Amino acid sequence: MAEPSSVIPAILADDEAALLDEWIGEQTAAAQVRRDLLSEVELRQQSAEFLALFRRAAENGRLDDPAGAEWEGVRDLLARLSRSRAVQGFSPSETAMFVFSLKRPLFARLHARVTDTQALARETWTATTLLDRLGLFTTEVSQHSREEVIARQQQELLELSTPVVKIWEGVVAVPLIGTLDSARTQVVMENLLTRIVEIGAHVAIIDITGVPTVDTLVAQHLIKTVAAARLMGAECIISGIRPQIAQTMVHLGVVLENVTTKATLADAISVALRATGHAVTRIRS
Amino acid sequence: MDRIPILKMGRVLLVTIQVDMHDRLALALQDDLSERIVRDGARGVLIDISSLEIVDSFIGRVLGDIAAVSRVLDAVTVVVGMQPAVAITLVELGLSLPGVRTALNVERGMELLRAVTMEDEPDPVDDAGPEG
Repeated sequence: MAEPSSVIPAILADDEAALLDEWIGEQTAAAQVRRDLLSEVELRQQSAEFLALFRRAAENGRLDDPAGAEWEGVRDLLARLSRSRAVQGFSPSETAMFVFSLKRPLFARLHARVTDTQALARETWTATTLLDRLGLFTTEVSQHSREEVIARQQQELLELSTPVVKIWEGVVAVPLIGTLDSARTQVVMENLLTRIVEIGAHVAIIDITGVPTVDTLVAQHLIKTVAAARLMGAECIISGIRPQIAQTMVHLGVVLENVTTKATLADAISVALRATGHAVTRIRS
Repeated sequence: MDRIPILKMGRVLLVTIQVDMHDRLALALQDDLSERIVRDGARGVLIDISSLEIVDSFIGRVLGDIAAVSRVLDAVTVVVGMQPAVAITLVELGLSLPGVRTALNVERGMELLRAVTMEDEPDPVDDAGPEG
């Protein structure tokens, strides 16, 4: 279908400055609450940049295909903008309003320039589809960048939740809290082994008081960690096994062979101290 | 063909692996070590792998084999200085080297060897008390 050429590029070329002013007016009216997050200067700069790129893309590319190569500059700008706004705390709809608020000034100009009703309807349809798709693009990007933030936080939580503490000279302990899955075991194992080297530990205590359930998989992970520590030359003690968990483990047929297990962390510490040649004595009775 | 040098320190043989082990090199080490244990009448073998960054299942198996061979020849093998990444890899490969003694560094390894080889000599009983 041979599409008659649109007047939109011409409007953008002829009237850019006035369009920009009106558009910024729209944005500040719509997003009045967000003045705290974004300065007027910054907004003006972003809008001007967008309009310039938009004009260039509209002149060269197809107006019904904002996914095309000519629109790459526009998409890049929008992606950058959505990402920075997501970080600043804008909601996705507030970010999308950046694009949507261009509709009113643009449509007003279309109205003024195109007199034929049919042509006007067609132009309006083209413009609205284009802007809708660009707006949805910003939403997608900002959602995506939020997901990235969540994933990063998850990763940070993973590392935060597995501290390796030095108990005494040559003794380290990892208090495990929460469910152990493969990813966490990997992090725990790496942290523990690195600390064993750093501290020069003889004995490592893995305390599972905070682990809610121990199934065969978790036990498998524990055994792997113990084996890796042994390969490095450190002995492992597993402590904090609650009575119920001990029963579950026996029912599941989990055998912690060659692993010293203790009921409480205190027992484990006293064994570890004895193994490293220390003793704890009471100085007052 | 290059070989890994074996140093003799008293009744202990000291091997420091400074290069990436390839299969032929590992097998040569196993040959040389068994030879030297017999010739020198060694009681202990200390293998320092702190510079070893890459292991595969074959190298892991050879380490296990070396320990088994020296046990047959009445020497104790201690592997020292294993990197965390290497330890994780070996465990993931299912090779936890059950017959091999390990220590964190050469110093600890020598202590361990001394303690183990001393056991044979008649020694005054230590007062550590009953241990499980």
